[in-house]
Amino acid sequence: MENLIDIKGVTHAYKTKAGPFPVLRDLNIAIPQHSFCAVVGPSGCGKSTLTRLIAGLMFPDQGEVWLHGELVKSPRKTVGMAFQNPVLLEWRTILQNVILPLEIVAPSMPKAQKEARAKELLALVGLEGFENKRPSELSGGMRQRASLCRALVHKPDIIILDEPFGALDAFTREDLWQTMHQLRAKEPFTALLITHDLRESVYLGDQVVVLSGRPATTQYVMQVDVPGPRPLEMLYEPETVERLAVLRREIQIAQGRAVA
Amino acid sequence: MIDWKKILIPVSAIVILLLLWELLVWVMGWPDYKMASPSDLWPAFLRYQELFWLYGWQTLWRTVVGLGVAVVFGTLLGMIMGLSKVMNDALYPLLVGFNAIPKATVVPVIALMFVGQHDFNTILMAFMISFFPIAVSVAIGLSTLEPEYRDILRSLGASRMTVFWKIALPKTLPEFFGALKVAVTLAFIGTNLVEIITPHGRGLGHLFQSAQTNSDFPLMFAVLLALAALGIVLYYAVVALEYIFAGWAVRTAH
Repeated sequence: MENLIDIKGVTHAYKTKAGPFPVLRDLNIAIPQHSFCAVVGPSGCGKSTLTRLIAGLMFPDQGEVWLHGELVKSPRKTVGMAFQNPVLLEWRTILQNVILPLEIVAPSMPKAQKEARAKELLALVGLEGFENKRPSELSGGMRQRASLCRALVHKPDIIILDEPFGALDAFTREDLWQTMHQLRAKEPFTALLITHDLRESVYLGDQVVVLSGRPATTQYVMQVDVPGPRPLEMLYEPETVERLAVLRREIQIAQGRAVA
Repeated sequence: MIDWKKILIPVSAIVILLLLWELLVWVMGWPDYKMASPSDLWPAFLRYQELFWLYGWQTLWRTVVGLGVAVVFGTLLGMIMGLSKVMNDALYPLLVGFNAIPKATVVPVIALMFVGQHDFNTILMAFMISFFPIAVSVAIGLSTLEPEYRDILRSLGASRMTVFWKIALPKTLPEFFGALKVAVTLAFIGTNLVEIITPHGRGLGHLFQSAQTNSDFPLMFAVLLALAALGIVLYYAVVALEYIFAGWAVRTAH
């Protein structure tokens, strides 16, 4: 299968007064179409830099980022993003927030069509009836659901999720994990998820990439061959526990607390 | 539905204050040149009613025009400073220095520069004294925009201008109105400063001056009270505008 995203030998350093500050070194990640890639790694290892490179908001010093067979040279309309902070616009209703990307990507689309598309997604994530509420009237979990809808509304080739569930309580987080599987079943998409939560990476990812400490390189790749939508019970199966143990050890190596 | 409590409580507070004032003057037995009592003021209001309306209007419109210029100029300056780090570093110390100059010392300077241009001088002072908080708040609002807000639109190929109109500008509105509440009072002070320091026969400041010249002490106090009332009107006009244009932020606060 053709890879939707190909990150090939990417090396990047930030320029600071004290000289170059390397964050990524010879990083390689391949994500097939409609597959879900979870990226884990120690704090501050350059995961957010990775998201900006894929979105075309930054360019690597060396190496290449390929998206849909094209070299990423500038921002493109085929990316959706969601962050730990849902960053909804307080002066817009939930529906108008979800529509926002369509205003940029498809300005000529009739308003009714934009709204129908947004409503369809909001219903999928269980926010039916909240279309005309303001973000401040919703709980943290609901705001994050709306943020996911906004990332998906323009049917992007890839959605980039930068720890979107990180600030939620454990139960809400598990709810949203299941929502992700339901969304993928209804409307397949390719995703790259940055996370600190190993259980989340195994439950959601078709592959889990472990990055080394800074400068980050691809240290370990685990395939999780479990078809979706996955039941929550998967988390308590022996295979999952084994996978978590392997990942836990890889993270310790990445942190420099264990030797390979 | 009108919430009567919201009107009744502040109005009662004003009435109680006036009663205490009246009582204080009565108990102390002060003559009106030391401290006029509220009951002395009413006759002064009635006697000069026409002048109060005329001069009140002159003070009001010049304040509003000065504030309007400050809003346009302050917003533009704030945009330049908020969007460009270089311009921010260059202009900030200049602005702080300009703002630190006591405006009373500038009044004779502009009175000499634009001799006889009384309306212009007054508006200029109202503008000069009030644009600073607006410029600073817009600059801070724009420069502290969280990068995620920008990235959501930038990753779709949106231009800087689109990000500005769709996100940065509306997001700055609460800060803008916070500054406008400060600026409206400052502009009002600026107008009166010119009216009192360079007497030119216009505005409530002039009425105060002539009351002083004629030793009409109740009238002096009556002017002060009229100024306070006008200040309250201007302030709540801004609050009403805030509710219309940034009501989402006001409601979020509750």
